[in-house]
Order: sequence, then structure tokens, then C-alpha cells
Amino acid sequence: MMQWLKNLPEMDLMRSEKMTFVQLIIPVESAHRAVSYLGELGLLQFRDLNDDKSPFQRTFVNQVKRCAEMSRKLRFLKDQINKAGLLSSALPTLQSDVDLEALESQLADHEHELIEMNANSEKLQQTYNELLEFKMVLQKAGSFLISGKSYESAEGRELDENVYPSDYTESDSTSLLEQATQSGPSNSSGLRFISGIIPKSKVLFFERMLFRATRGNLLFNQAPADELIMDHVSSEMVEKTIFVVFFSGEQAKTKILKICEAFGANCYPVPEDLTKQTQITQEVSLRLSELETTLDVGIRHRNAALHSIGVHLSIWMNMVKKEKAVFDTLNMLNFDVTKKCLVGEGWCPIFAKPQIQEALQRATFDSNSQIGIIFHVMDSVESPPTYFRTNTFTNAYQEIVDAYGVAKYQEANPAVYTVITFPFLFAVMFGDWGHGICLLLGALILIAREGKLSSQKLGSFMEMLFGGRYVLLLMSLFSIYCGLIYNEFFSVPYHIFGGSAYRCRDASCSDAYTVGLIKYRDAYPFGVDPSWRGSRSELPFLNSLKMKMSILFGVAQMNLGIMLSYFNSIFFNNSLDIRYQFIPQMIFLNSLFGYLSLLIIIKWCTGSQADLYHVMIYMFLSPFDDLGENELFWGQRPLQILLLLSALVAVPWMLFPKPFILRKLHAERFQGRTYGVLRSSEMDIDSEPGSARHHEEEFNFSEVFVHQMIHSIEFVLGSVSNTASYLRLWALSLAHSELSTVFYEKVLLLAWGYENILIRMVGLAVFAFATAFILLMMETLSAFLHALRLHWVEFQNKFYGGDGYKFKPFSFAALADDED
Amino acid sequence: MYGFEAMTFNIHGGYLEAIVRGHRSGLLTAADYNNLCQCETLDDIKMHLTATEYGPYLQNEPSPLHTTTIVEKCTLKLVDEYKHMLCQATEPMSTFLEYITYGHMIDNVVLIVTGTLHERDVQELLEKCHPLGMFDSIATLAVAQNMRELYRLVLVDTPLAPYFSECITSEDLDDMNIEIMRNTLYKAYLEDFYQFCQKLGGATAEIMSDLLAFEADRRAVNITINSIGTELTRDDRRKLYSSFGLLYPYGHEELAVCEDIDQVRGVMEKYPPYQPIFSKLSYGESQMLDKAFYEEEVKRLCLSFEQQFHYGVFFAYMRLKEQEIRNLMWISECVAQNQKSRVHDSVVFIF
Repeated sequence: MMQWLKNLPEMDLMRSEKMTFVQLIIPVESAHRAVSYLGELGLLQFRDLNDDKSPFQRTFVNQVKRCAEMSRKLRFLKDQINKAGLLSSALPTLQSDVDLEALESQLADHEHELIEMNANSEKLQQTYNELLEFKMVLQKAGSFLISGKSYESAEGRELDENVYPSDYTESDSTSLLEQATQSGPSNSSGLRFISGIIPKSKVLFFERMLFRATRGNLLFNQAPADELIMDHVSSEMVEKTIFVVFFSGEQAKTKILKICEAFGANCYPVPEDLTKQTQITQEVSLRLSELETTLDVGIRHRNAALHSIGVHLSIWMNMVKKEKAVFDTLNMLNFDVTKKCLVGEGWCPIFAKPQIQEALQRATFDSNSQIGIIFHVMDSVESPPTYFRTNTFTNAYQEIVDAYGVAKYQEANPAVYTVITFPFLFAVMFGDWGHGICLLLGALILIAREGKLSSQKLGSFMEMLFGGRYVLLLMSLFSIYCGLIYNEFFSVPYHIFGGSAYRCRDASCSDAYTVGLIKYRDAYPFGVDPSWRGSRSELPFLNSLKMKMSILFGVAQMNLGIMLSYFNSIFFNNSLDIRYQFIPQMIFLNSLFGYLSLLIIIKWCTGSQADLYHVMIYMFLSPFDDLGENELFWGQRPLQILLLLSALVAVPWMLFPKPFILRKLHAERFQGRTYGVLRSSEMDIDSEPGSARHHEEEFNFSEVFVHQMIHSIEFVLGSVSNTASYLRLWALSLAHSELSTVFYEKVLLLAWGYENILIRMVGLAVFAFATAFILLMMETLSAFLHALRLHWVEFQNKFYGGDGYKFKPFSFAALADDED
Repeated sequence: MYGFEAMTFNIHGGYLEAIVRGHRSGLLTAADYNNLCQCETLDDIKMHLTATEYGPYLQNEPSPLHTTTIVEKCTLKLVDEYKHMLCQATEPMSTFLEYITYGHMIDNVVLIVTGTLHERDVQELLEKCHPLGMFDSIATLAVAQNMRELYRLVLVDTPLAPYFSECITSEDLDDMNIEIMRNTLYKAYLEDFYQFCQKLGGATAEIMSDLLAFEADRRAVNITINSIGTELTRDDRRKLYSSFGLLYPYGHEELAVCEDIDQVRGVMEKYPPYQPIFSKLSYGESQMLDKAFYEEEVKRLCLSFEQQFHYGVFFAYMRLKEQEIRNLMWISECVAQNQKSRVHDSVVFIF
């Protein structure tokens, strides 16, 4: 038996890849190339040898900085391209092999050029905006002036006495419109005005401020601008309002101008003379159209430049990212004593050694180095990282396990079994072949569009769904299978596998639901007989079936878990664990719940009416009493006594021996040791700090004992509570089928009872929504979570340590994934 | 113990308290400062800071870096965080958060008014203002000629208006007056903030009254030291002290008559909490006093995080962040000017 077990072919996923700790000694001249080749290979995880150094004290900090600077420029370029609304078309056809230095200068040129162009176009844009504003002010303010003329003359007389003498006004505009003649207000009354434009959000405040500053001696007119104008700071389109302030006095003017400046209002002079106004308007319009063409040309030019950059952008970004990763990795290496070589350490899987060596040789050759790269295996104290080679199918299942904890190095991997047990336990709770087909369609769509979906960026929810597409596929297949067994299609039973085994007592079938049916032929060949549906005993029958089934599955899965702990012990050569942990655990679980499973199977096979609760309970309470009518087979009572005794023995068996034996072993180890050996080993440790030496840990008996006690108690209590926990399979399955029955009968059938087409449609819609959102989404999620729990807690706590760490090789492929 | 805040605090304040505690764990640690102090150039500082919470704010800065850019970007982060919290806050927390910025508002007003007095460009001044203390009409401050106008034109719309009641005079603005105005405003502000916190009650009142009392006392000492040898009369000086705090009222009487720094020291050493601050200083020295006060303040601010369900953490976080930005500014200045020997002089470690 042992021999046979050992000779089993190795399962790839069962144990993580064998890893080895390696040291690389790379000559400086080929270091960069070697590391980038290793990055392409992606099978070596470098260890950071400069952990104590801050990032800017490391060797290649300048190169890293340069890369960071370049990626900043690239981000700037990308930003500009996005702003211009160009699609950065990914055309990897032009694989122009630019080297880094060339790229750096090229990028600097591009950035410089763009910044210049931006500055130019900004200037133009600002001029354009000013002209546009001026035009609007001319149009609106002109109309104010005309309408204002009539009452101005009337009002002017009243203001006469406060008027300051004014014979000239200086130009108040600081814009480029100096040549535009300043409005001489100067009607006879000395009433003057300032016109301008201000963002709409500030108008109210602006008016209030003006009112306060001039103590109310002003007239404020405003009109909204017709077009949106670009704000040159935020480059957003804002609504603006045109205003004209009439006031009198020199002092007021300076104040108003200051306030205008403070509020960012642009003032433009408007001549009072109508002919002059039209003249200026024409001039402004002319210049506007000129500017527009100039701006257009500028934008076209800029877009062309951006387009030419955009073609290369993604390649460049990739290159810089890789380059930065290479230097970051080089920073993890150490210089050796001669300063001519870099020393690196890291983990790699054993199968990858030839590939790595080949890559290193290639690097030596390509960089014309005189000295080869030394690559050799070393010892390490650290436990190696865990690396499973998964494919697209197994990856999702491995993720499910890893979410709980990454396996210890070479520990038995539950993912192997999870591939089947997880979807199966899900389906036990989600058994309905109608719903299963819906899920299957969803999964098939995801798988069919795999190529397309994997390349694009998905939302977080879709991402999750897409990642678990193969889990979804198996889940749906199994729920179709379980649905066929439960005989439920959207909760409706069908006669798929022949006729029912039952029929009515008479032709009218009036007492079918009160008295019952009679069995007239062999049992329904597959799954639940459709005649159970709607009968009085439907629920007791199905509950009993599903409950017992859950316990069978639970006991089977827990036994598998304990078996895996046996394989682990064999693998790690730990006979102590087999003898004092595995065997008593097996005995304990199977003498209680294994026996229960046996009883269930016997009851199913024989059709006995024994009460299993009663049997189990009285097995503990009064094991010597006669079983009476609950006896299922001959010799049941002595067997029960035997099982009970062995369960009782198993508890101290798993509790006491192991810690005592450990103590004894520890004591023996120290008795055999001489002082000489001890000293030499200490010296070794001193001479090679940080090297691979196994440090003996202090043996603490009480700690070990308490640990073992906790473990045993957990197992003993756990075997009861975990078995009970598997009853969730029954509970969720019941909930699912009841819920879908309710939606079918109380919504769809009820609505169908009406003749009205509208009510039928509404009923159908409600049914469809309830099915899609409650049954297909919520129920899937809850069944998924419960299946997850059964695996993480009930199954994995029997054997799984989950305290390892993942293998993270230095790889360009992972780098690209990282960014997305 | 403090009523029943624990039962209801999280309805409105729970999310924000979580946010602010999260922000707090993003503050630079002593290890970060050690690394920063070893930097050789500003680029090194940038590189280190991009690995911290400041990353997104600094990573797109082109390479010849200036101290001002670093400080500006770090302040921007603080402002963004503050605005986010203010958006999420409900009454009375939003008022509390607004109170925190009034101090900056006062500083900004004083900055602009002093600047215009010395005929500096308004735009240039605006750039120097602390972004937390900005208000809409701040640029209009330049229009005002005297205190009364200042109030009537601009400040009447701002939250600072009530604090102005004591300093409305028709006097022209000059350096001395402005400084007195700043301190009067600050006094009124602190007193108002103190009253507000008392009104809130509970743990907030308890913690904030401690922090504000410390602030008031520190200002009192600073006013005293700064007014030694000026023409400010004793009565005027006493008027500038806030009417709460550990020193109120007897300490204020004594401080008001102090004529040199050693007398101040004598007064302060009577108060046990301030004894360790002053015992660190040698006689006649006031240079290190600021740092000593900052250190004490940081210690008190950090302690306020020990309690839950109160608003003091927001005040504490903003202050700690400001201290952090001061530290960064000092370190960057030292690095930029090759004065690395002095880098530890003014850095106050937060953790």
C-alpha cells in the first residue's frame, strides 16, 4: 500500500514547484542585458540585498531618476494627446529600435516643441478671447448706451452739482486694444462709464462691492453674453455677463478699476459715437476671423505633431517601463569586493534553471563580455516561495485558495480538489437546470469572447465575473446536473426520464392531494419523481433526502481533508503526525459521523424506518440499551459500543503523546551534543552573518502542549460543528427551490390566470426580473459564498497551513499586467 | 463618561473620523524624515516623497525643482483633503472645520494689507496667500485705505466680520496698526472658537479647550516677547491677550509688565505644563522657543488622536499636516542651500 502510494504519478498542481536559491555573479558590462533577458523570461525572483538603503542611496539611482523623468514626459505627451481628442492608435508595426539615450533626447525635443506650441496657441487664444469679449461688449453695451441716452439727459441735470471736472480720460484698458480709441464719455453732465465683461458667477458680488465702494453713486447695467467664453486659467467654457457702470468722479473711477481688476473683470472701451462703434465692430470682426484661421492652422499643426508622437507612444511607454524595472532590479544587487561584478540572489524554480542559464549565456555573448556569468545554487534558511504553474482554467480555482492563504512551500494544494468540489457544492445549493442553463449561457458568452475581453479594461464587477468564467462554467454544468436530480426547471418538474412511478387511485384523481397516490411501477429512473411535486409529503421527503445527502458529502469531504494531512505528513517525513494526529483524527471522525453516514446508506438501501436521531443520541446516552425497532443490522449494538470506546480513546491519543514525544526528542538531541560541536557551529554563525544556517529554536514544553491542546479541542468540537455546518447545503437548496416556486406560482401563474394581456405581460416581466436579479444574481452569490466557506473552513482547516508566500518573479509580462 | 457621543457620533461624524484617521497614518514618520535629511538634492527629496502619500502630487513636476513647488504641492494636498472633508461634513462639524481656516484668513488679510501698504503687486501677494484662508473678495482688500473702509468694503461679508468690532478705527493703516489688528483679530477668533467648542460640549469641548488654551498661551508669550522694546503700552499689550487659557488672568497680569525675556521665563516657569519648555532653554535665549513650543504642540495634537468621537482630531490633523509642511519646507531649504548641518534645527518629528 505504502509503496503504491509513493509510486503514484506526481500531480502538477498538488505540490508547488521545487524551488532553489541561486546566486548570480554578473560582470558589470553585461549586467543590464542579463537582467533584461531574465525579465523577458520571468522566472527568477530577486531578493533585495540593499534592504537597509533608501532608494536614492542605491547604485543606479540616476538611471532610475532618468526613467522617472522620461515617463513623466511620456505622461505629459499622453495627456496632451488625450486633451486634443486624438486616439493614440496602437500601431506596433514600427518597431523602430531606438535606444534609451536617443529616446531621451527625442522626448525632450517633443516636450519642448509641444510646450512652445501650447504657449503660442495660448497667446493666440487669449487674444482671440479678448477680441470676442470686446465684440460682445460692443454689441451689448452699445445698446445700453443708446437706450440710456434718453434718461441720461434727464438724470444728468440732477447729478450736475456732484460732477468733477473732466476733460480727458486715460485708456483704462490694459489689453492689446490700445489702438482702439478710448471712449470719451464726456457728455456734458460728466457722467462717465466703464464697460466690461465678468464671469457670471461673480456678478452679484461684483455689483455689491461696486455699490459699497461708491456709496451707491452708480448705475449698473448688465446683460448676459450670448456665447460661452473660454477661461484661460482652467480652459473651461464659462458663462459671462457684460456690464456697463455709469458713475461720476475721478476717485470713483480708480476705485472701480481696482475692483474690476480684483474681480478679474476685463474692461473694454466703447465709443459713444454710433458710427465709430460700427467701425470698430467691423474691425474687430475682421481680426477675429483672421485669428480664427491662424488658430485653426496652429491646432492642425499641433494635432499632426501629436499624431506622429501618438504612433510611437505606447511602444515608448513600454520601453521606459521595462527600463525602469531593470534598473530597479539592478538596484537590488550588490557589488562584490572588486567592484567589477554585481552579485544577486534570488529564487527560481528548478525546472527553469537551464532556461535561465541559456538566457545568461545569451546575455554574455550579446554584450561581448570576456567573463561569463556565474550562476550557482546556494542554501537558504528562508522557506522558499510557493509557485504553482496554473493555466487559464485552473487559475481561478487557485485564486480561490490563495484568497484564504498562500500554501506553504510544497504543501498539498487544495486547489486540485477545489476544481471539482467547489462547483459541485455550489450546485447542490443551486440545483435547478433552468437556472443552470441561464448561468451556462452567461459563462459561454464570457468564454467565447475571451480573446476580446481579456485585452480590454473591464469594470471591477465584470473583471471579477470574467476572471471566474471557468468557475462559472463548471458551476452551471453541475447545477444543471443537480437540477436534473432535483427535477426542477424554474421549479417546475418534468417527466424527462420516463413516466412517474405513481398514479391516482381512481380516474377522477380527486383525492390525490389528500389521501395520496399509489405506486404502480418501478421507481423513477433518475432523480426525484415529478409526482412528489405539490404533494403533502413533498417537503418532508425532499428535506430528508437533502439533509442526509449533505451529511454524506460533508463527511466525505472532511475525510478527504484528513487524508490530505496524511499525504502532507508522508511528504514531509513526519511520522509523528501520522501516528498521533492522523490516525486518532480518522478514528474519531469516522466512529461518530462515518458511522452515521453508514447508517444513512443502509437506511436508504434497505428502506428501513429506523429513527437515526434516536440511534445517534442513545448511542451516547445509553449505549447498552436495546435498540428495539431502530436496529438496522445485526450486531449494531456491540459495534456502537466499540465505536464509542474508540472515539473516547482517540481524544487523549491526539492530545497527550505528541508533546511528550517532542520533549523527549529534544532532550535526546541535546544529550548527544558535545561542547566542541556547539562552539564550532557558533563560530560558523559568526563568520557568516546572514548566511544560511539553521538556528535551533528554544523548546518550550508548555507552549507546545497548549498548542496541541488547542488543536485537539478544535478538532473534536470542530468535527461536530463542521458536520452540522454542511447542513447549509440542504438549507440553501431548500431556500432556492422554495423561492423559485413562490415566483413561479404566486407571480407567473397568478398573472396567467387573468385573460388580460397587460396583466400577463406585467406578471411575466416581474417573474423575469425576479428570476434574473434575485435567483440568478443574489442566490448565485450567496451559494458561492457558502461554498467558499465550506472549502475554506470545513475542508481546509483539516490540513492546510496557508502561511507561505507567493513566488513573484521579475517579469516584464507581469509588469504590463500591473499597470492595467 | 462624556455624555453619550459614542452612541450617535458615527451617524454624521463616523465617516469623516475614519477619513481623518486614515490621513493621519499617511503622515511622514521619523524614518521618512531621517531619509529626507540624508537627501543631497531636491530631486532626491522628490523621489522620496513620490514613494509616500505625496506621490500623485509631485510625480508630474518637471525636474529642476524649487522649494516653493514642493511646498505648494504639499499644501495643495492638504487643501484637497480639507475640501473633501468639508464637502462631506454636516452641521456642526462643517462650522468646526470652517473655524480652522479663520486663522489663515486673518494671516492672508494682514499679508495683503501690508503688501499693498508697501505697494506690492496684488497678484504676487495673492500667490503668497495660504490657500486655506482664501475668500472671494480677498483681492479687493487692496482698495481699502483705512480700517473702517477695510471692514465696510470687504470684511463685512467674511466670517471675520464679528471679530472686527474691536479694531474699527479711522486710523490709517501702518505696520504697527496692522500688527495690532492681526493680534486683536486673532484674540477674538480664538475666543470665539473656544466658545464654539464649549457649546459643542463633550469630548470635543474638553480636548479643544486644552488645545486652544495652549494656542492662546503661546500667542500671549509671543506677543510679550515681540512687543518688548516697542512703543506698545502695557495696557495695550494686555488687551491683546485672549481671555482664556492657563495663563488667564493672573499670568497675563504678570506678562503684561515683563521687560525682557528672562522675566517672561520667570512668569512661565510658575506654570508646571510650561516648565519643561522653558527649562530646555538657556537664559536669554528666545531662538529655540518656537521649536520648543512646536514640539509641545505636536505632542498635544498627537494625544488628541487617542480619544474617539470628537472633532479635535480634525483640528489636530490640520495642524500636524501644517507642521509637516513646515518641516518639508525647512528640509528642502536646507538641502537647496547646502546647509545640511542645520537640517535638524527646526524639524519637529511628528511620530
